This record gives sequence, C-alpha cells and structure tokens, in this order.
Amino acid sequence: MEQPGPADVLRIENLRISFTLHGQPNEVVKGVSLRVPAGRTVALVGESGSGKTVISQAVMGLLPRNGFITQGQILFADPAKAGKVIDLASLDRDGRKMRKLRGGRIGMIFQEPMSSLSPVHTIGNQIEEALQLHRPHPRREARAVTERMLDLVGFRDPHRSYDQYSFELSGGLRQRAMLAMALICRPALLIADEPTTALDVTIQAQVLKLMKDLQQEIGMAILLITHDLGVVANMADEVVVAYRGQIMEAGTAEDIFRRPQHPYLKALLKASPDFDMKPGERLVALREIAPVLPRDFARGADEAPARVTDLVRPAAPPVLLSVRNLRKTYGAKKGAGVVAVDDVSFDVLRGQCLGLVGESGSGKSTVGHMIMRSRSADSGSIIVNDPAGPIDVRALEGAALRAFRPRMQMIFQDPVSSLSPRMTVLDIIREPMIIQGAGTDAEQKRRAVELMECVGLDPRFLSRYPHSFSGGQRQRIGIARAIALNPELIICDEPVSALDVSVQAQVLNLLKDLQASLGLTYLFVSHNLAVVHYMAARIAVMARGRLVEIGPRDAIFERAAHPYTQALLKAVPLPDLDRRLDFATCVPSASMSDPANWPESFRGGAPGQLAMVDLGGGHRVLADPACTLRDLTAA
Amino acid sequence: MLLRYILRRILIMIPTLLVTSALIFTVMELPPSDYFETYVAEMAAQGEKADTSRIEFLKREYGFDRPPIERYFYWIANFVQGDFGYSFEYEMPVRDVVGDRLALTILVSFCTILMTWIVAFPIGIYSATHQYSWADYGLTFIGLLGIAVPHFLLALIFMYFANVWFGLSIGGLMDPVYLNQPMSWEKAQSILAHLWIPVLIIGAGGTGSMVRAIRANLLDELQKQYYVTAKAKGLPPFRALTKYPLRMSLNFFISHIGDVLPAIVSGSELTAVVLSLQTTGPLLLRALQSQDMYLAGSFLLFLSCLTVVGVLISDIALAFLDPRIRLQGGSTK
Repeated sequence: MEQPGPADVLRIENLRISFTLHGQPNEVVKGVSLRVPAGRTVALVGESGSGKTVISQAVMGLLPRNGFITQGQILFADPAKAGKVIDLASLDRDGRKMRKLRGGRIGMIFQEPMSSLSPVHTIGNQIEEALQLHRPHPRREARAVTERMLDLVGFRDPHRSYDQYSFELSGGLRQRAMLAMALICRPALLIADEPTTALDVTIQAQVLKLMKDLQQEIGMAILLITHDLGVVANMADEVVVAYRGQIMEAGTAEDIFRRPQHPYLKALLKASPDFDMKPGERLVALREIAPVLPRDFARGADEAPARVTDLVRPAAPPVLLSVRNLRKTYGAKKGAGVVAVDDVSFDVLRGQCLGLVGESGSGKSTVGHMIMRSRSADSGSIIVNDPAGPIDVRALEGAALRAFRPRMQMIFQDPVSSLSPRMTVLDIIREPMIIQGAGTDAEQKRRAVELMECVGLDPRFLSRYPHSFSGGQRQRIGIARAIALNPELIICDEPVSALDVSVQAQVLNLLKDLQASLGLTYLFVSHNLAVVHYMAARIAVMARGRLVEIGPRDAIFERAAHPYTQALLKAVPLPDLDRRLDFATCVPSASMSDPANWPESFRGGAPGQLAMVDLGGGHRVLADPACTLRDLTAA
Repeated sequence: MLLRYILRRILIMIPTLLVTSALIFTVMELPPSDYFETYVAEMAAQGEKADTSRIEFLKREYGFDRPPIERYFYWIANFVQGDFGYSFEYEMPVRDVVGDRLALTILVSFCTILMTWIVAFPIGIYSATHQYSWADYGLTFIGLLGIAVPHFLLALIFMYFANVWFGLSIGGLMDPVYLNQPMSWEKAQSILAHLWIPVLIIGAGGTGSMVRAIRANLLDELQKQYYVTAKAKGLPPFRALTKYPLRMSLNFFISHIGDVLPAIVSGSELTAVVLSLQTTGPLLLRALQSQDMYLAGSFLLFLSCLTVVGVLISDIALAFLDPRIRLQGGSTK
C-alpha cells in the first residue's frame, strides 16, 4: 500500500539486536522494520527502554561492544551513488567502508550538546575534522568551508566562533555546532537522537526550525528519535512507534495522530498533558496506581470539612507563603556578580499550587532553594503565615529553624541521585522522622508503611534498595519522604522532567491526589508549560532572575501580556497536527529571555523603572508603570 | 590572564613553604635530646670520650644555646642564601654531603620514571581498550603483583637469585673499584651496566599503579559522549582514541607530575639501602636516625620546595593543555 514517492534512503528489515549481559544474550530489538524516504523526516517514537536509540546506534555502527545484530538488514541506498544499496548490518563496524559512510553520508547528532563536544578542542577544529576526513580540502579553504557552515547553522560571527570552545557557548549554540559537524559533508541521512530534549523550549523551536531549513537546503532525510509527541507532530512526515523493541504502529503523521490504532499509542497520546485540558480533567496514566490514604493523614479534623466546601466558598483561601523582593547574587565578591534572582515577589495561597515557569538560568530553582533555606537570600523577605502569627523564614536560626523545617519539604528532579543508593527505602522514608525525633521506632515504621501505600507502592518493598525501582517508582519514594513529616508546603523542583510521558502522568496524578486529600500547598517549579498548565492554578513566569508575569492559569495562557511569556507559549510544540508551530513567527531570531529584545514598555530604561502592573484578577505583569493598560494588553 | 595566574600561584608558594619549614623545624626539635647528646651517649656506650670542646664550639656556632625561634630564622635565612647548614655526622657542609649523591639519585630516578611511562602507557591503553579480555586480566594481575610486592623484598629476591644462579653481586650502582673515583668513560659504563636492576625494581610498583590509573581514567573517558561523536564522524579508531579520550585522560597524568619532582630526589629509601646504592635515600634515613638535624631538615625542606614547584609546573602545564582551566580560571572537573 506504499504510495509511489521518493526512494528510501534507509530501509531496516526485520532487525534483531541482542546485548550480552553476564554472558546471557538479551534481545532488545525484536524484529524491527522501518524506512526513511529521501528528503523526508521519519520520527521514531518511544519511551526509555523501547530500543529506539539502539536502532540508531546499529545504523551508525556504534553499538556498544556487548551489542550484536543477530538478524536482519540495514539497507542504505545513497542517492548520490544512484541508489546503490549497501547492507550496513553486514559491514565491519570500524572498517573502512563503514567509516566512510559514517560522518560522510550519514550524520548524527545527540541529546546532550554539552558532552557531545570535546571541551579541549575548538568547535572549528571538531567540525573541520569531519570535513577533512571525507572531503579533504587545503587548510585555508577548509576553514572557509567550516565558517560558511557555521554561518548556515546560525552563528552570528563564524570567524570568531571557529576558535571558541564548547563551554563558551550556550546549549542552543552547541547543538547548532553539532548540526554543523553532522551536516558539513552534506549527508544523505541525518540521525537526530533526542536533539532538543536538553534544550529550553524557545531554543528547541529554533533548533527544530533550523533542522527543517537545513533539510530544505541540503535535502537530507532525517531519522528523528524522540519521546516527545509534540516534537513529532511538528517535524515528522512519517511516524514509527516503538515499544520494548518492537514496532507498535507506523504510518504517516496524519494516520498516527488522527487515527491511532494501537492501544499503546492511544494511551501515550492521552497521557501527555496539553493546553486544552479543562480544569479538573485528569490525565490517563498508562499504568494507574492506587494510592491508599489513611484517615489520620488529613490535616486537623476541623479543617477537613472546610475543604469540601472550598469549591463553593467564594472567599479566597488565606495566603500561606508570601515572598517579597527576594534577591540573590552569585560571585558578588568583586561587584561583577551574576544576579540570579532579582526583586521577586509572589504569594502562594493555602492549598493552592503555584507554578513557577522559566528557562534554565532564569533563577526559578534558586527561588525554591532560598525558600527552603538551603541557599541564603541576599535580601527580601519570606513569610509563612501561621494561625499563631507570621513566621519570618529568613530570620529563623538554630532550634527554631529546625522545628520549622518539617513544615516545608522538597521533591527533587533527579530520582536517581536524590535517593542514597546505600539506604533501604525504609531508611530513606524514616530519615526525616529520625532527624526530627518524631515518634518511637515502631511508630516510624508504621508510618513508613502508610506512606508507601499512600504513594501506591507495596510496603513489602520497604527493605529494598533504590536501584531495584524504576524512575517513576523512585520519584514516588521521594514523594513519600517529602510528606513523611506532614508538611504544609512542598516545593517540587522539576519533579517529572526526568520521567517518561507515561510515568509522568502517573506521578502528576499522584501529586494532585495528595494535594487534595492532605491539603498540601505546592510551589511547582518547571520548564514544561504543559505540565504546569495541568498542575497549577496560578502561574508565575521568570526570565533572567526577574518575575515578568504572574496570574491565574487561564489569564496566563489566554491573555499573556509579557512578550517573553508570549514567546514561551508560542514555542511549545503540541502533539496536535492542527496547531503546528508556525516556524516563521514563533521563532524569534534572538533570545527572547534577553530584555534587550523586548518592546520599549517592558524594557525600562533606568533601573527601578519597571514595576508589576496590575491587569486585574490577580494578573500582573512587569512593565513600565507609565504605560496604559491598553498598551500592555495590545502588545 | 595566564601570566597573572602564574604570578598568583608563585606568591601563594611563599606562605606555603614558610608553614612547611616551621613544621619541619618543629618536628626536628620535638625529640627531647639533640644530635650532640645522642653522640655523647653513643660514645660513652662504646667506652670512649667525646671531644667536649669541639662539641661546645659547634653548639655555639650553630646557636644551640639560643632559643629555637631564633635558630629557626637563622636556619631559614641561611637556607634562602644557599647555605643549608652543617652535617655534624659527616663533619662537612650539608651541600657537599648531598651534592655527590644527588647526581646519581637523579639518574636512577629519572630512568625509573622514564621506564614507568614507556611501559605503563601502552599497557594502560591496551588494557582500557580491551577491557575484560584475557590480556587485560593478565596484565592487571602482573601490575597488581608489582604494586603488592614491596620493593626491598623484590630487591632481596633479585640479589639472591643473581648470586645463586649467575654468581653476580648486583648491589651498588657501579663496580666497587670506581667508588670515589672521578668520572671516566669506564666508570660511566659500569654505572649503566648496574643501573637497570634498581630501575627495574624501583619502577615495578610505580609501573603497576600507573597502568591501573591510566586504564581507569581512559575507561572513564571512553564512556563519554564526545568519543561517540568522534567515531560518528568516521574517525579511524586509533586517531579517535588518541585525539579525544587519551588527551582528556592526560589531565590526570599531568597533575601527577607534581609528585614526580620530589620523588626524583628522594629516591626509594629502603630499596637503596638493600641494594647499597649511593643515592640520597639512605642518607636521609641515616640523618633522621642520628638526629643530624641540619642535614635532615634542609633535605626535607628541599623536598618540600620541589613538591611545591612540581605542583606549580603541573598546574601551568594543565592550564596550557586544558582551555577550561585557562579560560574559566578553574577546572570544571
């Protein structure tokens, strides 16, 4: 049923790959077939463990040493050689023939642009190396070709950048350098393994646009490996869905998004949050968990009935956390310090979730750490409103600080490094109780059992070590630890960024359930707008250490006033074919987090000229107070 | 930028060395007796009488009647001017005592280090690139033997078998007839003929641990993404290996050059004693035993100077080799 179209550059036929582990062969790719037509983009979608990266390694001849192709063919037909077909699976991995194709006719870019480039060689040197290997040029000419390529991938000053090192470049520029390296020999096929996963959303849009533009320019086919359905919907002509080493479904992007057939694909589409979700609508996790919430967990019996009436009660709940004029400078010794957080003020209402959004380096995590008192603020105030009176968190010291600690807890981004590999789950969950001396030995153990049930884990796992759990399970252990002391406020620092989509939905739902049943208040720090949209009732946006906009969720998503918020929203790739990114308008040529690229009324000339301007309904934006409301909302 | 960095490092050396010298001096002063008392007691034990007037003279000359603080500054002031003090035991200036042996020590140590590098690098690279192969296991085993067997024991074994099997005496660094002779062509030949045994013995352990270190460091770097990138470009395996991971693993190696400088001079004391080498190792040992404090103290301080200079050299070399240190003013590792 194949339509007559361009010839296939790459055909993988019934590929099987095994890894030898402890002498035992372990099949990770089980009979995969797929094709990449010339000049088109094919997305290979799957979660971690689906074998998608292994397939790309096999194509490149870069399988780890214990990996073997046991069956099948990888047919590469080079259009430059009149479609002569070579079976890559039969070539010697490091042999001359394979090396000639690798980097020459097939280019590859990777997820981590930082570690993919050598830090001790200039980027020019590394890019030119690829050129000289496959298309030798005289020295001076090679440099000119390299600089032209740097120009093509969007370096402003190619001549200077040639001599720069990777650590002097931002993440986006590093990925551009990688693209230059992969494409300098004008390959027929580009394999992009999660090329934008490690990038901020506006940078992601820029790199995706660049890949599309280069495809036009050079005409290569792209095999795009990703777990992000939003990226797929915006980039792919054809989609292949992999799950545990097998292809679940393959077809055109139209088929996949409009008429998904396989239950796995349907579930995956339902599990990813997007901006259309109504308040109260729930994500459907692939594997639902059933948390068991004991009665005595709820905060104070007198408060419990009040929560039920929350929905009908018009009065706003009281403010729990109030942050005013928070400021933090790093490396300020010589005055040339970097302002990480600058004059940030916001309130978090009791029982509410405030989403704190921003790109890397915006200072959002620093704010979370300062509230936790794990980093000290330079100035400003952090007040927690207690029925007994306000508590100045910054002024707490010694025993008072220690006694206050249980009321605020944190959930971390990395579920691997945030749990000690040398402690059992029981020890991990009990540790906060031991530190605070809460209850007897037996009580603590009973509590740990309850907490495990609370996060949907079997209490029999308490004696195990973290390494025997999956990422999502580990994150749930981290949540159990965070709620062990019955806190009021939990700071979630990118709690689902390291998780797969299916697991992400599970953890988000768990957090929502716990919030409702335990009356928790969240400060939810994330770079992922869709996730924040799902979790938060109010959203605060940070850029370059400043809070640029704050408001109720709908106001932010529908009436964003600040140019940075608008750019951020426009750059999010949605898993929806009808709302593809408009690369022509959504991609600003310059970095939108840089105030220099904002319109006059948001830039502010003199320091201190900008202030939070109220747009009504708790929606405030950082702007020049002299501007009228109309000016700001029209922008 | 780089110049300022070097200047700052040199300035930091001064307080470091002052603290070290004070420590050395304190340790030298700690025993309740001094060289003269030990000497008199030793003489008395042998039933002889020490020359008290001479001892009195030396005591006055070297300020043993004055408070330790004063003596410390006297010592330091002279040290800076190149006068390292007087060895009571050898009855001549420290400089002359050490000077003779220094050249030989440097020769032995230099050859040892060179051998260590020449042997360890290929083996380490081979082991890392052929991890868990039989050759890797075999080489690892031999290397561990080299680390685990004490040098002096190895020396004794060598001496025993050389004597039993070949009737050779392998002690010393030259044929006894050339001892205290001026340097000549024959003497040099004799030294070279004797040299390889101490070099082999002293180098065994160093080579073993160097192989382990190179293997471990290279294995770390081989996992890094940039190595995959290099291969994805189509670089031939050997060039990809030497240009990227090997270059990165050199950082570790260069930061160890700092330790090498003092090792060149101090030599391997115990082995030198067993093999009766005329190097500085046994000298230091003897000086510490007999509380010959200027000899021991000056020697230790000299070693400290070399350590500090060695660290400086390796830091400067690192700054040249690694742009992260050069351009960011700090290692990211």
